Amino acid sequence: MCGIVGLFLKDPALEPKLGAMLTEMLITMTDRGPDSAGIAIYGHPADGQAKLTVQSPEPGKDFKGLADDLSAMTGAPVTGVIKDTHIVLHLPADRLDEARAAIAALRPSATVMSAGEGIEIYKEVGLPKDVAARFDLGKMSGTHGIGHTRMATESAVTTAGAHPFSTGPDQCLVHNGSLSNHNSVRRVLKRAGMTFRTENDTEVAAAFLTHKMQDGANLGEAMEATLTDLDGFFTFVVGTKDGFGVVRDPIACKPAVMAETGQYVAFGSEYRAMVNLPGIDTARVWEPEPATVYFWER
Amino acid sequence: MQVFDLEAQGLRALNATLHTLNRQTNETAWEIVNPKGSHAIAVGVDAPVDITVRGSTGYYCAGMNKQATIRVKGSAGPGVAENMMSGTVIIDGDASQYAGATGRGGLLVIKGNASSRCGISMKGIDIVVHGNIGHMSAFMAQSGSLVVLGNAGEALGDSLYEARLFVRGPVKSLGADCIEKEMRPEHLLLLADLLKRGEADHLAKPEEFRRYGSARKLYTFNIDNAAAY
Repeated sequence: MCGIVGLFLKDPALEPKLGAMLTEMLITMTDRGPDSAGIAIYGHPADGQAKLTVQSPEPGKDFKGLADDLSAMTGAPVTGVIKDTHIVLHLPADRLDEARAAIAALRPSATVMSAGEGIEIYKEVGLPKDVAARFDLGKMSGTHGIGHTRMATESAVTTAGAHPFSTGPDQCLVHNGSLSNHNSVRRVLKRAGMTFRTENDTEVAAAFLTHKMQDGANLGEAMEATLTDLDGFFTFVVGTKDGFGVVRDPIACKPAVMAETGQYVAFGSEYRAMVNLPGIDTARVWEPEPATVYFWER
Repeated sequence: MQVFDLEAQGLRALNATLHTLNRQTNETAWEIVNPKGSHAIAVGVDAPVDITVRGSTGYYCAGMNKQATIRVKGSAGPGVAENMMSGTVIIDGDASQYAGATGRGGLLVIKGNASSRCGISMKGIDIVVHGNIGHMSAFMAQSGSLVVLGNAGEALGDSLYEARLFVRGPVKSLGADCIEKEMRPEHLLLLADLLKRGEADHLAKPEEFRRYGSARKLYTFNIDNAAAY
């Protein structure tokens, strides 16, 4: 089991409340995944700017002076905002790859959780309510976001094994289910130049989509390809800079409910994750069909 | 009318209260408000009472029901009326996967669509779906009737035993050992009764349906079919 929640806002008036709405949805899904939780939240990109979200098991040591060290190394202005075990670094978009390489050299115990113009990812081991409180997720604003509560089946309960997984700029994926051919797909993707941090099956699905999109597929086409190339149980919810997508495997035993109003599109593993959303009583509520790709883009 | 606020009073209190009701009870009309997608609402009721749930429910609503009439004024999550023994369960909206699974008796009416595995392993329950049903419905269904006014998904009635399946719209594919069968007068009579009891007689006529059932080649062991088991 695992829990997934997602919100794609159509009405900008709701953007200041995105974190609060997603946090409530996430906590409702605690029963489905009490061992770790994570959230990917997308904000409006600032012109020419990008963000790196970095996690460290020793934030006191690793984050001290990190922004300044990166500035010195890249010659670009870098600022950082620390949230518990994560730091969000703001820097010029054209220095993203350089900064990423510099972090690996400067702080080997730190991990880049996400990189891109809009995305920030926060994830940790622990109950969803505790994870949400550590990062103050409820106060965040944004345009769309995805959350996950994990009950681990395929790999260890670690921060790196929590969802969302991000394997490309502004991309992320969360998963309910388990893949059975992830080792062979991982080998193929490694030969194609993708890199992996964990033994986790979901990371393979994320990298699979990233690789397809690097090859020119759009989000919908990349998601369509999961239906032929990935074997196992899955409900995936995927985020990109301006998009949000859902796909379920053909057997579709992992639950999924969607709701749409003029203000938002919402996803929940269960309807109860969505019961307090504004206008839910009059929303169009449906169960996404098996082997069918749904996506929304701005 | 007894009104129970699920949000304020809690699920355990609700089911414990409903379990104290018996055949002689005078509290025969119940309304459950604020269900908010909660699981296991009104499970294991064994009394001839009427229960109305004002909103959508989560997993296993009305499971193991005996005697009661339970109406959901919304949609139902997975496993609604699972293993129902008798009574009636009516869902005004849609039902998620495995609605009416393993049901032994009674009537389940779904006024919207049912998703995958509707009536899986049903053994005596009657199910009337006003909309469509998803894939693998009536898998290993043993007895009872499944009536679908809309369409059926892939692999309808796979490994079917003696349940009767009636579908008005197209069937995407039939499962192993499920075949279309002749609609005889007794089936039309049965269907007319099910449509009436399923609050669907104003929506469809028995003659508009096709009947599907077991070819009976799979469930009695035959050495020639060994590869198919």
